[in-house]
Amino acid sequence: MDTQDTHGSDARPVLEGPDIARVLTRIAHEIVERAKGADDVVLLGIPTRGVFLAQRLAAKLEQITERKIPVGSLDITMYRDDLRMHPPRALARTEIPGDGIDGKLVVLVDDVLFSGRTVRAALDALNDVGRPRAVQLAVLVDRGHRELPIRADYVGKNLPTSLRETVKVQLAEEDGRDTVLLGAKQTP
Amino acid sequence: MQRHLISAADLTRDDAVLILDTAEEMARVADRPIKKLPTLRGRTIVNLFFEDSTRTRISFEAAEKRLSADVINFTAKGSSVSKGESLKDTAQTLEAMGVDAVVIRHGASGAPYRLANSGWIDAAVINAGDGTHQHPTQALLDAFTMRRRLVGRDAGLGQDLAGRRITIVGDVLHSRVARSNVDLLHTLGAEVTLVAPPTLVPVGVETWPCEVSYDLDSTLTKSDAVMMLRVQRERMNAAFFPTEREYSRRYGLDGERMARMPEHAIVMHPGPMVRGMEITAEVADSDRCTVVEQVANGVSIRMAVLYLLLGGNEPAVTHARIEEK
Amino acid sequence: MSKILIRGAKVLGGEAQDVLIDGSVIEAVGTGLSAEGAEVVEADGKVLLPGLVDLHTHLREPGREDSETVLTGTRAAASGGFTAVFAMANTFPVADTAGVVEQVYRLGQEHGYCDVQPIGAVTVGLEGRKLAELGAMHESAAGVTVFSDDGKCVDDAVIMRRALEYVKAFGGVVAQHAQEPRLTEGAQMNEGIVSAELGLGGWPAVAEESIIARDVLLAEHVGSRVHICHLSTAGSVEIVRWAKSRGIDVTAEVTPHHLLLTDELVRTYNPVYKVNPPLRTERDVLALREALADGTIDIVATDHAPHPHEDKDCEWAAAAMGMVGLETALSVVQETMVDTGLLTWAGVAERMSFKPAAIGGAKGHGRPVSAGEPANLTLVDTAYRGSVDPAGFASRSRNTPYEGRELPGRVTHTWLRGKATLVDGKLT
Repeated sequence: MDTQDTHGSDARPVLEGPDIARVLTRIAHEIVERAKGADDVVLLGIPTRGVFLAQRLAAKLEQITERKIPVGSLDITMYRDDLRMHPPRALARTEIPGDGIDGKLVVLVDDVLFSGRTVRAALDALNDVGRPRAVQLAVLVDRGHRELPIRADYVGKNLPTSLRETVKVQLAEEDGRDTVLLGAKQTP
Repeated sequence: MQRHLISAADLTRDDAVLILDTAEEMARVADRPIKKLPTLRGRTIVNLFFEDSTRTRISFEAAEKRLSADVINFTAKGSSVSKGESLKDTAQTLEAMGVDAVVIRHGASGAPYRLANSGWIDAAVINAGDGTHQHPTQALLDAFTMRRRLVGRDAGLGQDLAGRRITIVGDVLHSRVARSNVDLLHTLGAEVTLVAPPTLVPVGVETWPCEVSYDLDSTLTKSDAVMMLRVQRERMNAAFFPTEREYSRRYGLDGERMARMPEHAIVMHPGPMVRGMEITAEVADSDRCTVVEQVANGVSIRMAVLYLLLGGNEPAVTHARIEEK
Repeated sequence: MSKILIRGAKVLGGEAQDVLIDGSVIEAVGTGLSAEGAEVVEADGKVLLPGLVDLHTHLREPGREDSETVLTGTRAAASGGFTAVFAMANTFPVADTAGVVEQVYRLGQEHGYCDVQPIGAVTVGLEGRKLAELGAMHESAAGVTVFSDDGKCVDDAVIMRRALEYVKAFGGVVAQHAQEPRLTEGAQMNEGIVSAELGLGGWPAVAEESIIARDVLLAEHVGSRVHICHLSTAGSVEIVRWAKSRGIDVTAEVTPHHLLLTDELVRTYNPVYKVNPPLRTERDVLALREALADGTIDIVATDHAPHPHEDKDCEWAAAAMGMVGLETALSVVQETMVDTGLLTWAGVAERMSFKPAAIGGAKGHGRPVSAGEPANLTLVDTAYRGSVDPAGFASRSRNTPYEGRELPGRVTHTWLRGKATLVDGKLT
């Protein structure tokens, strides 16, 4: 969610489709390892692209564990701290799996970790939905520049960036192809 | 720029669908253990009611509180406060207190428009019903109810009511609900037919985007939704119709008439119902009647309207929408 | 009083001429008149009209001095080029006795800006039940000849018939405010497309037309003359046209605002457009202009109705009905009738001076601009264009629908019996 839509035409890919698939496989294995079998894992993607990543992760986890992994979505729009700085956005869907999240290990999934404000909002939103045993965070790309004391538990790729750069994640479900683009912020 | 909600006619098709879609998400909050969102924290909304309407006020209040707004209720029923000068004075008093939005119900048509455009205050104005003019959130909740029932909760997202045939029956002349619904349903692509005795249809109706019929039975069989309007018994004394019995015989909805409606068709009523007048108890209590749903949907719709008008630094519902960059 | 030479004015819009005023009368009209011993007013290009006469003004005194007084109202009249106004009877107390009409008359004489001719109420307290002492008001110092319950309709057919008959004894006339009361209960604006949309109570055209139809038939039956106030609908025009074709002694007036504005303006819910009878449709406006041009409607009358700010700075339903009009009347008539080619300036003089003075019996007013006549004159700069600024009004009230609107024409001078009441647009 911390991506910028504006990226220069000179944007270059830093992850391609096969890289993304490999990275997600690795994260799935890390989750199983750290969660000791992922018995009580619930994956919640943050719309829009975090939801697709969560679904892909769930599929991989199901392959590994041969169990059904609950996956859902958590819209954080109404919990954002910058609402008053923009026009209201259309709301996305919050879909909590049937058994809820109480006592579960919730893994939040997002595409890019940047300032950390989205994750802060997600933690607030989660608070209104239930009381998990623990909350972890999985991201495809961590581009640094945190503004809050937040870190990811699972990182697909650490990508040191300058604030003048943009990171754009594209996924087949939404954008027709899988790629992560690094570009220069366009000057208005 | 439009930052008020005064008339259903001010909404574009995309505005209206955005409100309905947002309301669908808001409705899901009601299913959660904590029915509250922090979105309007620190914002003050006053419910300025110059006319009694407990149900509308409670609905707005519930919506405001679910969005964490600070709520002030101001009920100004009575002689001195309902005079014109006081609307201005009251508004300016509220403005001085730092109110972000005014939800106004007023017996005089145009009072919300005047409040929004007179330069008296800066706050956003939401019309909660003015005289015989408009009641836009009622029309929105009615459209929301229709979309859920006729299209489906999830299937309805992003959809309008194109091609649906809606019949509105009763005292159109004195009804702000009818005016708002005709405007909004037309915007959403529905085909609206008004049914009433000729005395209760306004002169000038010919320019409205709807059909007018004096015959309920011939329209019933072609309706996806039939909305019954309240008919006050006092109208009888002003010779709008001869007797209550004759009115309900010609324009009331009873079980027999309901049976002739298409199987999927629903019966709606903005409430409060006058049982035995425009609607029989049998119909009012049937599964096809959405009166209770409409009340629940009212809270979701009002949450959506409040969020879209006040949630950001500028409203999302505008004539000329500024797309997010 | 010294001499005044108005040099080079287009008298009634015709050829440029000089007009010499000596004292209170016009001494000579011609070309190349000597300026010796006279104050000269250069009037090159301007139009000289007989002093305007308004048959329908609300001066509000006594009773509502917060909105207008005889002094402020007559200053507004002078500012608008009027030398005589007829003051409506709906004051507090109502002008239904010799005492009240004499008071209003005397106030007008004392202030000296404009002759004030009081109109007497037809019925006691404007209540429509009992005839007021019409004869006593006529015989009073005010010499009332026009009677009206304006603001209310004399809706009882018998009372109306009796009033029409009774005033024949002294050459009076009843001016009817045509509004069927039952058809206009709760009425807020013209009934039609706009009222249906706005949800405001409708004031149907038929409520006016039915009363006019009844009254012209009554006038015919009893052989009286009747005057119709502020006629506002195309249908009313048809009825008056028919009545005149039958030889019925009917006269009718139209207000400037009904010649220009339509009910579309009510969409703003701004009560400055709230007036009775209400603003009608474009079709009505065009019919009224045509009727004024062809003489079906005899005169323009302002229905100048001052209201204090608070009575308009509120929601529509709570607002008072009425607009001020004395200071903008001639400009609106120029805009709607002269600049459109429907009327000449001579036609304007007929409809805003000669004819209203004749209907109301205003002595010394509405006279030709010729030697020996009283020097009641109005000089108009017809080339002027400017936007209306209510802050500059002489009226105590500002409830004009034309604020900020550009209108043509400006009265620069007004003379009442040779005495200048307005000089270069400034009241004396």
